[in-house]
Amino acid sequence: MFDYETLRLIWWVLIGVLLIGFALTDGFDLGTIALLPFVARTDVERRLVINSVAANWEGNQVWFILGGGAIFAAWPFVYAVSFSGFYLAMFVVLAALILRPVGFKYRSKRPDPAWRSRWDWALFTGGFVPALVFGVAVGNVLEGIPFRLDGDLRAFYEGSFLGLFTPFSLLAGLLSVAMLVLHGSAWIAIRVERGPVHDRARHFGTIAAIVSILLFTLGGVMAAQLGFRIVDAVDPAGPSNPLRTITIAQAGAWFDNYGRHPWMLIAPILGLGGAALALIGIRTKLEWAAFGGSSLSALGIIATVGLSMFPYILPSSIDARSSLTVWNASSSEKTLGIMLVVTAVLLPIVLAYTAWAFRVMWGRLSTEAVSAHPDYY
Amino acid sequence: MDFAVVDLSRLQFALTALYHFLFVPLTLGLSFMLVIMESVYVMTGREIWRVTTRFWGKIFGINFVLGVATGLTMEFEFGTNWSYFSHYVGDVFGAPLAIEGLMAFFLEATFVGVMFFGWDRLSRLGHLVVTFMVALGTNLSALWILIANGWMQNPEGASFNPDTMRMEVSSFGSVLFNPIAQAKFVHTVSAGYVCASVVVLGVSAYYLLRGRFTEVARRSMTVAAAFGLASSLSVVVLGDESGYTLTDNQKMKLAAIEAAWHTAPAPAGLTLIGIPDLQAHTTRYKVEIPWVLGLIATRSLDRTVTGMSELVLRAQERITSGVVAYDAVQKLKADPNDRAARAQFELHRRDLGYALLLKRYVADPRQASPQLIASTAWDVVPEVPVMFWTFRVMAGIGFLMIALFATAFILCSLHRHMRTRWFLKLAVLAIPLPWIAIELGWILAELGRQPWAIDGVLPTFLAPSSLTPAALLTTIAGFTLLYGTMAVIEVRLILATIRHGPYEHEEDDTPQPGTGTPSAHPATA
Repeated sequence: MFDYETLRLIWWVLIGVLLIGFALTDGFDLGTIALLPFVARTDVERRLVINSVAANWEGNQVWFILGGGAIFAAWPFVYAVSFSGFYLAMFVVLAALILRPVGFKYRSKRPDPAWRSRWDWALFTGGFVPALVFGVAVGNVLEGIPFRLDGDLRAFYEGSFLGLFTPFSLLAGLLSVAMLVLHGSAWIAIRVERGPVHDRARHFGTIAAIVSILLFTLGGVMAAQLGFRIVDAVDPAGPSNPLRTITIAQAGAWFDNYGRHPWMLIAPILGLGGAALALIGIRTKLEWAAFGGSSLSALGIIATVGLSMFPYILPSSIDARSSLTVWNASSSEKTLGIMLVVTAVLLPIVLAYTAWAFRVMWGRLSTEAVSAHPDYY
Repeated sequence: MDFAVVDLSRLQFALTALYHFLFVPLTLGLSFMLVIMESVYVMTGREIWRVTTRFWGKIFGINFVLGVATGLTMEFEFGTNWSYFSHYVGDVFGAPLAIEGLMAFFLEATFVGVMFFGWDRLSRLGHLVVTFMVALGTNLSALWILIANGWMQNPEGASFNPDTMRMEVSSFGSVLFNPIAQAKFVHTVSAGYVCASVVVLGVSAYYLLRGRFTEVARRSMTVAAAFGLASSLSVVVLGDESGYTLTDNQKMKLAAIEAAWHTAPAPAGLTLIGIPDLQAHTTRYKVEIPWVLGLIATRSLDRTVTGMSELVLRAQERITSGVVAYDAVQKLKADPNDRAARAQFELHRRDLGYALLLKRYVADPRQASPQLIASTAWDVVPEVPVMFWTFRVMAGIGFLMIALFATAFILCSLHRHMRTRWFLKLAVLAIPLPWIAIELGWILAELGRQPWAIDGVLPTFLAPSSLTPAALLTTIAGFTLLYGTMAVIEVRLILATIRHGPYEHEEDDTPQPGTGTPSAHPATA
């Protein structure tokens, strides 16, 4: 069907599609609950915000879980090295994400204000912390990760938890928060009735859009000091063995691809242009323009990271022969082929019923409806 | 090898998996019971069945979120804590996990929101279809994770590739249609159905004893009795089926469960009870039923059930052969074009994993003496007393469940289930039993596979990530704290929901069937 090289390329794109799918769907859930304590002050206001994502967030979260599973199946080296390397950071993310399903379901089970307030902050944590840590992780990947592989291809991570927080990675973390908060505020503006919550969401969305543009630009400037380059010949259809590729650190190498393929500049342009469109949409109350803009911005920012690094996936900052690339870290040709067929059959079905589920639950939420109906959280 | 890291990694996986598995079985079973109850509602149009479905739906919801929350940990824990395992078998093991996400998680997670929030937005039939999709999704999820787990028990359809230093798929069909995976799937989901039936039966019995919500309780009990009887028969009968396949693939596990130290003349007797003695390699005070084990395990009167001592001898041969394969892999690492080494590897590749067992004692298995090989061969014997006892308690509970549901079924058929108080009390007391059996079943399956992470391929002690004990202790403490808090909250909420009952308002207690539509009340759900 496809040769090994093409399959690897397709699976690199597909993982990008999954991550962007995650950012576009669960991204607004994360942004929405990160805003919860700030855009909504009374209990009924908070229920308004929670119920704007309550019926669909769980399906959205599967993009994240599937991202993990698909990386395991298609890029087992990446799965093994990244999650064990970022061990404590992963724990923090998981602990925060675990608060979400519980927070959504259990908050409404008791009317006690103290109970509800605790869950509101748990939900805030479940939105803000993952958004921050995902960005910090991406920042670290761009800087290179301190890991090496031994002759049996066992991974050893030689960094520390605190070492994850560098100026660049913190900037990436804050950009990720701004990007998802912008997306969340645009979502609230679509799903919640006009009124105080709506106004506050637009206020925070304005700030998030401006911060996104500034941080993404600054990140681009700082990234000029980063980069890795492969120094020997590469066989894109060779066996998945990272020890056979030699890498050097090279400032500016992350911009190499844009020189070779100028069309790739569309990604950073979307990142900035999308945020600008969202800003205009928010200020002019064109809510769909705002949501479209925040979606394009997230797509552009994530695509920028992927395209800048290509063919790298996880560069090693300490060992010239351990870096993981599209050509040396995938599953076997057979597994990639089988998984491609499975995905080609199932993903359209998933998209179809997901669209249906959103349509069934669609509608602008009002305080009256949320107060009157017993099924709402 | 840092054995503190190995032990702590195993402890964390056991804690998180056993905890996750407190919630999953109820989800598996209750989702289908919701389908049954809602089907009755759709067919009869009687409001009481809507109330009944929505009530059990509430319990389902509280339980479901913790299954989802703790499942997140599981999806990433192979990477975080078992990174060498992930590298070594990701080519095979990753695929079912990814398919689980695509085929099952999306289905259950997308439809579960519509199930809870879509009662008034869909037709009756439309909502029933949604509920069915949730049930289908949860059960498909069990299918795929058990295909992955079944492959760890019986790694067919894959072989080691010296160029990439890992196992790679050779036949995806063999991974899918692995007989152990199929038997495990049926056994596990049946256990989930039993678990849910016991909960519905027990809670309904509690209501009947108190004389509360009797309209909902007696209907629920009928559903639980029928569904539970079918499921408890299936869990025991098809548990036998997984014992049967053991003889082909996992003779050692069977021998350890039976504490069969030596091959007995056919047909072997079934040891009902006894005290396994690890030093003397014998079982004391044993009560044996003649012929039964031979019949169950080999389906014949003339084939033998292999004992542990004989299996250890075979392991010794395989270690010796594995060392030759290991030597070839080292040569191929230095020179991938070494043809003689490749030929040598092809001859002995099936035993490579056995050579890795020696890495517990020597860095290079090629340096192992024949004495070391002989003593290492005993490592393939799992913890015999643990296996022996967990199996007996689990199987005992299985038979109790059949008795419980048979009684319930008879009483329901005679319309006496509302008045037989001794039975109602028993039904309440039985609530914890399925969980005990299920957790023991998990322990049996996973400890029975030791010393292997992947049977015959990768020893558990080579599989963890290169972490520090401090990092592991941090996350074990963190998970314990987080999970412990969640468990307390969950149990309290479920108990509060049961006390509150199926109606939005207390005054609706035991109304006439056909009234009590709660949907217009301004209460929180």
